Amino acid sequence: MPSLLPTALPRHLHPVAWWVWAVGLAVACSGTTNPLLLLLAVSVAALVVAARRGSSPWARAFRLYLLLGAWIVVLRVLLHVLVGYKVGQTRLYTLPSVDLPGITLLGPLYLEGLLAAAVEGLRLASLIACIGAVNALANPKRLLRALPGALHEIGTAVVISVTVAPQLADSVHRVRRARVLRGEGGRGLRSVGRVALPVLQDTLDRSLLLASAMDSRGYGRRPEQAAGARRLTGALTLTGLLGAAVGTYGLLDATAPAAVGLPMLAAGVLLCAVGLAVGGRAVQRTAYRPDPWAWPEWLVAGSGILAAVLVLLVAHRQPSAVVLPLAPLRPPALPLLAVVGLLAAALPAFVAPAPPVRGTR
Amino acid sequence: MSGAHAPAVAFDAVTVRYADSPAPALRSASFVVEEGELAVVAGRTGAGKSTLLGAVNGTVPHFTGGHLSGRVTVAGLDTRTHRPRDLADVVGVVRQDPLAGFVTDTVEEELAYTLEQLAVAPAAMRRRVEEVLDVLGIADLRDAPLSDLSGGQQQRVAIGSVLTAGPRVLVLDEPTSALDPAGAEEVLATLSRLVHDLGLTVVVSEHRLERIVGLADHLLLVHDDGTVTDGEPAALLATAPLAPPVVHLGRWAGWDPLPLTVRAARREARDLRTALETSTPPPGPAVPTPPAAAPVLLQGLGISVRHGDVTAVDGVDLGLAGGEVVALMGRNGSGKSSLLWALHGTGPRSAGAVEVRAGDTTVDPSRESPAQRRRHVGLVPQSAGDLLYLATVDAECRQADHEAQAPAGTARGHLDRLAPGIPGDRHPRDLSEGQRLALVVAVQLTAAPDVLLLDEPTRGLDYPAKEALTRLLRRLAEDGAAVLVATHDVEFAAGVADRAVVMAGGAVVADGRARDVLCDSPAFAPQVAKVLSPQRLLTVAEVRRALAAPPSADGARDLGGAGAGGSAPYPVLGGRR
Repeated sequence: MPSLLPTALPRHLHPVAWWVWAVGLAVACSGTTNPLLLLLAVSVAALVVAARRGSSPWARAFRLYLLLGAWIVVLRVLLHVLVGYKVGQTRLYTLPSVDLPGITLLGPLYLEGLLAAAVEGLRLASLIACIGAVNALANPKRLLRALPGALHEIGTAVVISVTVAPQLADSVHRVRRARVLRGEGGRGLRSVGRVALPVLQDTLDRSLLLASAMDSRGYGRRPEQAAGARRLTGALTLTGLLGAAVGTYGLLDATAPAAVGLPMLAAGVLLCAVGLAVGGRAVQRTAYRPDPWAWPEWLVAGSGILAAVLVLLVAHRQPSAVVLPLAPLRPPALPLLAVVGLLAAALPAFVAPAPPVRGTR
Repeated sequence: MSGAHAPAVAFDAVTVRYADSPAPALRSASFVVEEGELAVVAGRTGAGKSTLLGAVNGTVPHFTGGHLSGRVTVAGLDTRTHRPRDLADVVGVVRQDPLAGFVTDTVEEELAYTLEQLAVAPAAMRRRVEEVLDVLGIADLRDAPLSDLSGGQQQRVAIGSVLTAGPRVLVLDEPTSALDPAGAEEVLATLSRLVHDLGLTVVVSEHRLERIVGLADHLLLVHDDGTVTDGEPAALLATAPLAPPVVHLGRWAGWDPLPLTVRAARREARDLRTALETSTPPPGPAVPTPPAAAPVLLQGLGISVRHGDVTAVDGVDLGLAGGEVVALMGRNGSGKSSLLWALHGTGPRSAGAVEVRAGDTTVDPSRESPAQRRRHVGLVPQSAGDLLYLATVDAECRQADHEAQAPAGTARGHLDRLAPGIPGDRHPRDLSEGQRLALVVAVQLTAAPDVLLLDEPTRGLDYPAKEALTRLLRRLAEDGAAVLVATHDVEFAAGVADRAVVMAGGAVVADGRARDVLCDSPAFAPQVAKVLSPQRLLTVAEVRRALAAPPSADGARDLGGAGAGGSAPYPVLGGRR
């Protein structure tokens, strides 16, 4: 669908904006087990994907993520039937129970337990749908290009490994056919070694060629960084990571003092950012046609954050509204504020610029 | 830059020695390539061409290791103090396999990669990428994934990706050897444009000299002992052992100056053509045609191969008779390889039937076990080295005997017949391309198949190795085998084939005597045929034989007088060479 904004020419939205949007939607999903809200969030993600995905192969993978989500719901329910702790009022069916030391397999099935398992599966599935949506919307390679300079080398390595995978498959295929030409069936344990060795040689040759090509094209052409700056970068990044780890632990552990949680995490992330900035100063490279960050990016990222904030706000104010009431079993509520927040996350379907159509050759 | 007036490339007594090799790869090489020249590096496989090219930007020895003595300067910069990455904006390097050197995955990003590394400002970067897209004529491919491009397009992108940095010297290591004739033409046309329009200095190595020597200002001959002779192409080629057919023809006919291109030779050849016309009857075939009653050893009927949505081979009928060598030609992607694999029975076949003679009956090779199949049909794939996996030549030969249940020493016997003198304790990867190919062919012959299929065997072979392969395939045919060889190399096909089959779009578009098919096609005609057209002669040997044919009625043959006022007397048989 064309963008509602007349000035928005087709272009790639900044990948970080899509990631902020998706993480916001995922945070909103993680804060609720209300099936109505979860289904609404998945629908919103699907709508945005349908409206704004590109023509690349990974853009078509969203369906796979949805299938994976459905499979997770089914698996969660099956696990509940097999080993779950069965409580509830409405008994549906009684399976013969198997008593093992410490655990009871099968046994009576209650509607409440099944529903609880299903909505928990649904919550996980909706998180996966969010990740699938951002994979379909934002080219992962463009995200790597948006990495800060200090992480540039990691980005390059990832891009190369992604490109090399099909070549590796090709060389396995070639060598296996060569084995068949020498009269071997090409199966069995012995043939694995005979295939692996030439493939390994092939891969090594290829890596050396690539390394040599990158070398002669100026890769790694940076002035030697002063030892002091190198040590500073290392210290900042390491301390920052440590702080972030402790902070995350504090955030997740309810018994930890409040100061260990969010403030520690924030300080750790900040230190890491400073470390990256110091390390990145020495990297002298520029980016070709970097993705701009304009107001469509602000709108897309903001809509995701708004969804997360509104759902978490509702969860804080009226916790009963964002869960599926099980005891007693009642239809879930439909809190207006959370619905508005999730609907706001559908905004990118209308305000984000359409992805450019690949030129036909 | 300090070297504004320095020569583009200067080697001063350069000797390169690798750690584990007894002889230096390059021995006191001294030469100068001036600004704006196109210098061609020629030499036998393994003679040190790649070492020479690598030394230009310091890849040798900074990246490869080894010891370099002497001095290499590029635009006045010494590679001793400048690493390859420091020279990225002075020397651009393009290698044989473009895909192996790509860092990104779309055309535009690949073109920008070097600039990103050099920290060129975004606005300048955008401008240069656009300029290079136009110079190379690949603007319509800008968003295309690199892996979807044809070989010629990939190689042009590889050239573009180093050109964006604005280098003064372009170094290319066999840029066309992995391409079909059309792709090679694309790349060579691009090179000639860069030299003539932009005044770029180019140093390029190439096995098939016939393609490039016409463009060259300067020839660097790397000899087997690592020494380098440099000079004018025409002067050097008068005596060099490696020479394209047109030069062989010119040498044999004693033309002076020696023509390097078909155009120049055709002007010189007026007298020779007249002489050939009068030496009727028309010459017999280069090689005796197989007897008409030769048994058909392999018959393919209505073969189709589909890969997904793509029809690679579309209803092809092809029969191979004992005693003939058939050249299978056509551009990349025309279905040659798919047909070869389908005929062999290992590759997929969507429709059609293949029958191979096995004693008195015929069998379908795809229904046989791999071990049975190779007794009837042998195949040498494009990357022949894949067949080898053991540590020594002797071990490979023993394993081949074992696989084929042949008496011990069979494979080694074949190998000694094909390429005598290969040390048995050598690692197959240390052999030259030609020796490795010979080893693979020997392994496949150990199973004694009646039909041998070869996919692009001449890739990476120099002239002497190609001649050896020609002799080998002819001998196989004389022994009654049927040989089918898929090749891009028209000169090789002209020398080896009785019959030529041309494929396009998965179908056979021409099938007939090699002489007719090759001479009638502008794309596939070998140089000698182009020079002597309308005479239908394919090789220098044929020309010699034609002139030595039974003398015409007046008995004594004075070829020098046959042409009106011919300046160059043509040698009577036995005169020269």
